[in-house]
Amino acid sequence: MNWADLNLVPVMPEIFLISALSVILLLDLFISDAKRGITYGLSLLTLAGTAALQVYTFEPYAQYTLSNMFVADPLASLVKLAMYGATAMILVYSRQYAADRDMFKGEFFTLALFALFGMNVMVSASHFLSLYMGLELLSLSLYALIALQRDSVPATEAAMKYFVLGALASGLLLYGMSMVYGATGTLEIAAIAKSIHGGSANQLLLVFGLVFLVAGLAFKLGAVPFHMWIPDVYQGSPTAITLMIGAAPKLAAFVFIFRILVQGLDGLTGDWQSMLAIMAVLSMAIGNITAIAQTNLKRMLAYSTISHMGFLLLGLLAGNEQGYSSALFYAVTYVLTTLASFGVIMALSRAGFECDKLEDLKGLNSRNSWYAALMLLTMFSLAGIPPLVGFYAKFAVIKAIVDIGLVKLAVFAVAMSLIGAFYYLRVVKHMYFDEVQDTSPIVVRGDMQLVLSLNALALLVLGVLPERLIEICVEAMKQSLTVL
Amino acid sequence: MSFPTVVFYVLSAILIFAGLRVITAKNPVHAALYLVLAFFTSAGHWLLLESEFLAISLVLVYVGAVMVLFLFVVMMLDINFEKLREGFWKNAPLAGTVGLIMVGEMVLILMSPEASLGSYKGAAPLAADASNIRELGRLIYTTYLWPFELAAVVLLVGMVAAIALTMRKRKDTKFVNPGDQVVVRRDDRVRLVKMAAVKRSEPVAEAESADQQA
Repeated sequence: MNWADLNLVPVMPEIFLISALSVILLLDLFISDAKRGITYGLSLLTLAGTAALQVYTFEPYAQYTLSNMFVADPLASLVKLAMYGATAMILVYSRQYAADRDMFKGEFFTLALFALFGMNVMVSASHFLSLYMGLELLSLSLYALIALQRDSVPATEAAMKYFVLGALASGLLLYGMSMVYGATGTLEIAAIAKSIHGGSANQLLLVFGLVFLVAGLAFKLGAVPFHMWIPDVYQGSPTAITLMIGAAPKLAAFVFIFRILVQGLDGLTGDWQSMLAIMAVLSMAIGNITAIAQTNLKRMLAYSTISHMGFLLLGLLAGNEQGYSSALFYAVTYVLTTLASFGVIMALSRAGFECDKLEDLKGLNSRNSWYAALMLLTMFSLAGIPPLVGFYAKFAVIKAIVDIGLVKLAVFAVAMSLIGAFYYLRVVKHMYFDEVQDTSPIVVRGDMQLVLSLNALALLVLGVLPERLIEICVEAMKQSLTVL
Repeated sequence: MSFPTVVFYVLSAILIFAGLRVITAKNPVHAALYLVLAFFTSAGHWLLLESEFLAISLVLVYVGAVMVLFLFVVMMLDINFEKLREGFWKNAPLAGTVGLIMVGEMVLILMSPEASLGSYKGAAPLAADASNIRELGRLIYTTYLWPFELAAVVLLVGMVAAIALTMRKRKDTKFVNPGDQVVVRRDDRVRLVKMAAVKRSEPVAEAESADQQA
């Protein structure tokens, strides 16, 4: 590598993020607990600055830099902007929640930003090594964040489970990567694709590696049969951290899968298509059916996540531009919906009380009809009821697989969504038609009220006017696919 | 079979044995020591690949630093490992079957002629004056700059996480702030009580007055 060729402009957002993060890490040492709001403000400013740089350095084509290990393409820029937004919203939502639970410390913010940095690296990786480093950065920050509440037994148990299973999945992923390296002789994603298309790679070893790669990826995404950690971790973690695991990382995992399977192992589409199909069917079935039996709201949403990841895989396995862009749209809108649903849970929780059981929502409408309405919007969107955005997301994915002739799979997906609608509507029934059990007042900070309302209303607005976002997703996918 | 091949198989056999003992040893100290053995034999593999620097750093860093700390921790913590292992034998048959099937399948695939592992040639021998460290340094600071920097960030996260998870202010601590200790004034510690001089009284009355003073 020649230093004169070193183009750091596409990496500017990451450099700014990590520099600002280090400054916050140091400054926070001199801030007393009472003034922790300064760290909070600085973290939000950092996110705004990073997002501004992201927009400023945007180019409508793929830029490779740092010895082809970093790629800045429209897909990466779009997903990164969504992740900055999601992280900022999580920070706003969890401010009061964390303060009530003795988690409002400097590490809460720095680790959240470290996790974001890791996701940025994953999203912009064009080399197996940087993909893996980004993934580890994200996972390590998340393990620590879950365990931050050390005296809570469920949280430490969740952290331990996530850690052990996460390490196992990383091992599977690395083994798969080493097999692909053995077959193609390179770790660079574009070069792997070229080697496979050139026919010089050993097919058997490639498929062998692919199995391990898909298993590792499915674990990170939380698709059946690698889903067992999701309910326990979602339920055990403090809700603010659950949201950090359940929102932005899903976007990062989607791009991670896209980079490995679509951009790298494009030549093996037939092989991974069937693997993804099996996982998608199982995820939708087990996720939706098990969710019905849950009494814990967070656990129910965890199983709902599993079923939604099944839908995401459906879009990916379509194997064409339409499928990929519908999966991207699905991922973005799913993250938005998750933010709103867990946001309401956090708004209804207070010091010493966790609003995580279905019964806790009983009669919410008579306690506070606005939050009931927001929850109603998110539940309808998750269930896929028009005119909310969840409907268009499901519709786009199903259309993509019908277009490639997998009608049976589409019918199955629709049937599973119908089963899923049952438990989403049960939440609505609790809120509107059941007697109030808990009449304590709901106190929410003003800024959170505003952001949460906008978040839930965005589900409705995007549902009525989805064209713009769909267009952006299609355009981003088109640019990322032309690189091949 | 050439000499390096023999060494490779001997080292591999020891490595697999040590790895198995790490997870089967009853005594955690033994398990940690077997892990040390595993690291040593892997260092031997690095030497066979002519990567002297990696071999020595594996021994220095993992055996010298990490495992010694690990041994300390294992010896310090008084954990009843037998109790932790209670559920082990209940799940062992299923886990063992799944593991064996997986290993069997992997062996079948990798040994099949289609995998043609034999066609992969070993690395070409290096020149006598090839410097491992220089080559490694050159790559780390040029081609692999980005992953190298990322590794630094991962270590930073590890540090922040370790401190965040272990540092806690105990309520019952007897810690004294040296700063407070230095700036203390006589008035903070000593209270002068002015009392009128009294005549020596009977022993009983004296005890009473002492109680009142206290």
